[in-house]
Amino acid sequence: MSAITLRELTKVYPNGVRALDALDLEIADGEFFALLGPSGCGKTTLLRTIAGLELASAGSVRIGDRAVTNLPPGQRDVAMVFQDYALFPHMTVRDNIAYPLRIKKVGRAARHDKAAGTAEELGLSALLDRRPGQLSGGQQQRVALARAMACHPQVFLLDEPLSNLDARLRLEARTFLKRLQRELGVTTVFVTHDQAEALALADRIAVMEGGRIRQVGTPTEVFRRPANTFVAGFIGSTPMNLVPARVHGDELAVAGVRLPVPEDVRGRLTDGEQVVYGVRPEYLDHSPEPVPDALTGQVVVVENLGSFSLVSLDVPAGDDGATSVQVVVPEGREPAPGDTGWVVPRPGRTLVYRDGELVTGAAAPPVPAPRTGVAADA
Amino acid sequence: MSADLAKEARTDLAARAAVRHLLARVGRYVFLCLVLAFFALPLLWLATAPFDDTPTIGTSLPRFTLDNFRTLLDNPYALTSLVNSVWLAGGTAVLVVVFAALAAYALSRVRVPGRDALLYGLLLLSSIVTGTATMVPLFELAFRLNLIDSRLGVILVLTGGLLPAAIFILKDFMDATPTSYEESARVFGASALQIMRHIVVPVVRPGLATVGVWAVANVWGNFLVPFLLLRGPDKAPAAVIMYTLYTEGGQADLRLLSTFSLLYSLPVALMFVFVSSRYGFRFHGGIKR
Repeated sequence: MSAITLRELTKVYPNGVRALDALDLEIADGEFFALLGPSGCGKTTLLRTIAGLELASAGSVRIGDRAVTNLPPGQRDVAMVFQDYALFPHMTVRDNIAYPLRIKKVGRAARHDKAAGTAEELGLSALLDRRPGQLSGGQQQRVALARAMACHPQVFLLDEPLSNLDARLRLEARTFLKRLQRELGVTTVFVTHDQAEALALADRIAVMEGGRIRQVGTPTEVFRRPANTFVAGFIGSTPMNLVPARVHGDELAVAGVRLPVPEDVRGRLTDGEQVVYGVRPEYLDHSPEPVPDALTGQVVVVENLGSFSLVSLDVPAGDDGATSVQVVVPEGREPAPGDTGWVVPRPGRTLVYRDGELVTGAAAPPVPAPRTGVAADA
Repeated sequence: MSADLAKEARTDLAARAAVRHLLARVGRYVFLCLVLAFFALPLLWLATAPFDDTPTIGTSLPRFTLDNFRTLLDNPYALTSLVNSVWLAGGTAVLVVVFAALAAYALSRVRVPGRDALLYGLLLLSSIVTGTATMVPLFELAFRLNLIDSRLGVILVLTGGLLPAAIFILKDFMDATPTSYEESARVFGASALQIMRHIVVPVVRPGLATVGVWAVANVWGNFLVPFLLLRGPDKAPAAVIMYTLYTEGGQADLRLLSTFSLLYSLPVALMFVFVSSRYGFRFHGGIKR
């Protein structure tokens, strides 16, 4: 058992900055968990508090069935891979990987055997006698992972694991990391500011802002149903379209047109209420011809993104001028700037936010339960 | 006709330029040679005078002899003083390196209010501590602490004088070492001392070597402090004994003086060569790299 349980976790720095604010979180055994948020949201502090490099000002941390809130990092049975990998420059790869075992007073021969074994698993056998300075970024990362694996911790903590790699290597490392985590089945928490990385790697994601968790869920949940406008704007390679709207019975007045209220929130809105209508650019269909139940506006910008284009339309927004709506258009069907376009939201993919929070229906998905037994389905 | 003239004038001009260029080069080299001679002659004297049976203060081809060394060995304090110097320099260097490393590490890692002011203040004052200005209070202090005529006293005073600059130099090395190294080791369960031994010391080794060599060189050449605090010639280091090498007539005994100077300068020169080849240290100084 090596689930991580955080209760009311608070961290206030001596300069008064409240980096973590009464935070509750459960990370299941074997889960690959992402802490995602903009810089300064407290995600790294949270990771360091789990590691024990920062002591919590209040609240508790449990790893498995042990309370570790006040234990020093060395006694928590965790391994951390730092953003800069923190490989010791004066030691060979072999000595680096064997270092945790040296601390545990394992004999030289035994720990070198272990290091060689771990290095082989990660394809580092040929590099054992090199020094970190002679390795590429990707190799350094694998050595850092090997060093973390060598001591068989209950939990892996990874701080921005991919940010020090160049773009091409990053994709490779991402696949590698996900496969490795599946194979090892060890609870892994990683920090990232890159939503694409979090979506691609994690079993579940916690989106953080200002020391609080704004949403916890699987990548699908977080992507399809952001719990608030902050998450909606943060997740996705293109942010969600958020358009002011007013409720009129069973319809919403959005950008000068009337659209039906999404089914799952029907009856949960008050007539005349001011809300925000949200739909992802990926869930909008563009049409050059007029179609019913569509937003309409003038095409302003067309950005070619390879197999598809991101089209921005200016649509009228109530009383105060225009607002921009973005839509993803497949290749070959791009409109020209200046054209008039119609965009239709796909049914079941539109969301309504009241005061920044998602309005959910009675039949809305339940609070996501932590996923367990990840290793088993690998 | 006029074209010929112009051509001639041109060659003439080119020739003149070449001559001027040559003269400038000759002038530059002559100047460099003079500068070089200014620095090289004393060294040359050091190389020749000890082997001359009648050395003067000028440099000349020696009439080769080793008698000077024999005479020097007859001086009861000559060799002992070199051993004394080794003790003083070694002891001071060890203390300076150990304490400066610990202090620099702490100052680099722990947020102390007014840290930089403290550091610069110490650095400023340190040159006064072992200087002539504090001769009297220093003696007074050593006297009260019963450290007169004790090597420990000299070592402590010199250590005090060198520490601030050493801390200043080493703090830069410590600052340049990412904290993630130490944090990484901490997560693996390493204790503070293990982190220091396994990670910090090896990583800043060039800095430690720099400071060690610098401390030895400083103590080796220090005359005032041991002269002040050590009473008899039996504990005096070479820098002080050098001062006693006079003939009975009160004249400087150039034969002994030159021979002793050679022996005196060799250890430090050898140490530089050794440390430089071993650690490849450069003098980084208190400058951000």
